[in-house]
Amino acid sequence: MNYLLDLQSFLPGIIVAVAGLAAIMLEAFKKSANTSFSVTIGGIAVALLFAIQSLYGEAGTAFSGMIVYGGVGAFGSVVVLLGALFCVTISREYLRDLDLHNGEVYGMILFSTTGMLGLAVSNDLITLFISLETMSICLYVLAGLMKNEKIGAESALKYFLLGAFSTGFLLYGIALIYGATAATNLTEIAAAAQPTFLFLCGTGLLFVGLFFKVAAVPFHMWTPDVYQGTPTTITAFMATAAKSATFVAFVLVLTRMLPSSEIGDWQSVLQVVAILTMIVGNLIALAQDNVKRMLAYSSIAHAGYLMVGLAAGNEAGYAGVLYYLFAYTIMNAGAFGVIAYYERNHGLDFTEIDSYAGLGFKVPVMGVMLSVFLFSLAGIPPMVGFIGKYYVFAAAVQAGLIPLAIIGVLASAASVYYYLRVMVYLYFKEAHKEYSLKTPGFLFKWTLILLAVLTVYYGVEPVLPTSSLMELISSYYTV
Amino acid sequence: MDTFIFIFLAVLTIGSGLGMVLNRNTVNSALFLVLNMVSIAGIYLLLQAQFLALIQILVYAGAIMVLFLFVIMLLNLDDERSLFSKVRAKYISAFFLGVVTLSLILYSLEGVADLLPEISPEMETAGTVEALGDVLYTDYLFAFEMTAILLTAAVVGALMIAQYKKSNNGASE
Repeated sequence: MNYLLDLQSFLPGIIVAVAGLAAIMLEAFKKSANTSFSVTIGGIAVALLFAIQSLYGEAGTAFSGMIVYGGVGAFGSVVVLLGALFCVTISREYLRDLDLHNGEVYGMILFSTTGMLGLAVSNDLITLFISLETMSICLYVLAGLMKNEKIGAESALKYFLLGAFSTGFLLYGIALIYGATAATNLTEIAAAAQPTFLFLCGTGLLFVGLFFKVAAVPFHMWTPDVYQGTPTTITAFMATAAKSATFVAFVLVLTRMLPSSEIGDWQSVLQVVAILTMIVGNLIALAQDNVKRMLAYSSIAHAGYLMVGLAAGNEAGYAGVLYYLFAYTIMNAGAFGVIAYYERNHGLDFTEIDSYAGLGFKVPVMGVMLSVFLFSLAGIPPMVGFIGKYYVFAAAVQAGLIPLAIIGVLASAASVYYYLRVMVYLYFKEAHKEYSLKTPGFLFKWTLILLAVLTVYYGVEPVLPTSSLMELISSYYTV
Repeated sequence: MDTFIFIFLAVLTIGSGLGMVLNRNTVNSALFLVLNMVSIAGIYLLLQAQFLALIQILVYAGAIMVLFLFVIMLLNLDDERSLFSKVRAKYISAFFLGVVTLSLILYSLEGVADLLPEISPEMETAGTVEALGDVLYTDYLFAFEMTAILLTAAVVGALMIAQYKKSNNGASE
């Protein structure tokens, strides 16, 4: 066993973890949050470079089969790191206005990212559990950053209690699976699994734990309150990076632990959850008057579209899910970024849709960008969101799940209403009173512009064609 | 005999767990939790996991529960009289007698004789500190290191939440 090679295979995670320790230490000894911020950006950027590099390397397992490297895991790491990078770059100004700009916050973001990276490469239920917990515990703390506000405390407490409860389900599921197969390694489980009652119960409980983390209906109750009570840029981090990591772990569990339908018909379970999630998420989002809550329900709906790809259960479906995660990370980070910009000018209650009246003409670049991101979230071509939805639904049709695809398309059509409603307020309503908006800072503005450009660019020219993603997936069946 | 001890401990675990959740008095709840942890340690011992049983007693029943009790006492959730007056000998004896009776009934039911797996010689060595340390630093190194990050994050996070004064770093720059 060569530990150096093992360490190399998890290099992005190690870099991020060390950067997290450095950020906390710098805060303690130098009392300079800006230094911590630079270390955070630098650490994530370097880790991102290594992750992109490993995307083109070969796939395999490391740490005695505890983690995988290359392939799906590498792609998941890239998406997670992209989400973390964008969220951190838009966080500084926003957190400074909230008086929360300090090294510990960045340290927690980095530790959480470490957990997500572990989650995205987990090949063992123990790795999956520990990484999920590392990610979640940091997110509980981040959800409670605005602890002096009522909604901040509510958000953290709700997230923590429900999260701990769902972790119980997950852990009990893992214990039952271990009892049924005497293995925790995903491929060993696949080899030893029989469709016994014990195994089915265990896998069901494992799914419940994962459903909770990706906010699938009926385990979605925590999402709107938590998203609303968390500082907006951190919400972006939760909605993009955390969700991506959990979905990649889901893909790994499905492809490596449950490769054959002989050990339970999990695709049907996923179909039902996908339908419920899409319908409930979109329907409730229609009725929301708060933009942040609307985006929370929209993120539930997007989890539903992603479930469609998982339910398809073929390589095209998994590749579609991966591409969708990439698309979702870009456009959602952008949308939350613009909302954070509007919000920080006027305080926390400035997320009601009424207060957006006439804002589109104030700082034109921000209004245009919010429109781009919302168009993309609605799945209107030529934005990246459309391509993502197309891949996912096409995979469902290919797998013969025509009704599922039809429900998905209808739900997505309904979602256009609530996304466009924000734009109607932005451009076609008279402002109640005059607001003055600060000019956005350099880093903040250019990050958002980059995100908007990426949203349009990857919509016109999908640089990551699904064929190469499918190669990544198929390399995974063999490892 | 093993089977009877197992059933007794299982009933005790579930009973004390229920007692902890259903009890309105926080101190009694905490004491039930201690009982729960001790009986789980007993089950570990039955499975020849000596190290796990010891750690269970030392860490959970010992350190963590003492901390729990201290916090409950310091927070002064109830006034002192109601803390202790409700614990009566007859309730305690009723609880234990109930546990013993229920486990006897369950034991006398058919089909429980081969409930416990055979303890293989492998299991006897797997529960020792040496064996645990051996796999912890080789096969499970990744999980071990990730736990280190998890614990660091938990400590820092707890301090961030408990910190009374808001940090004013942002203003000083």
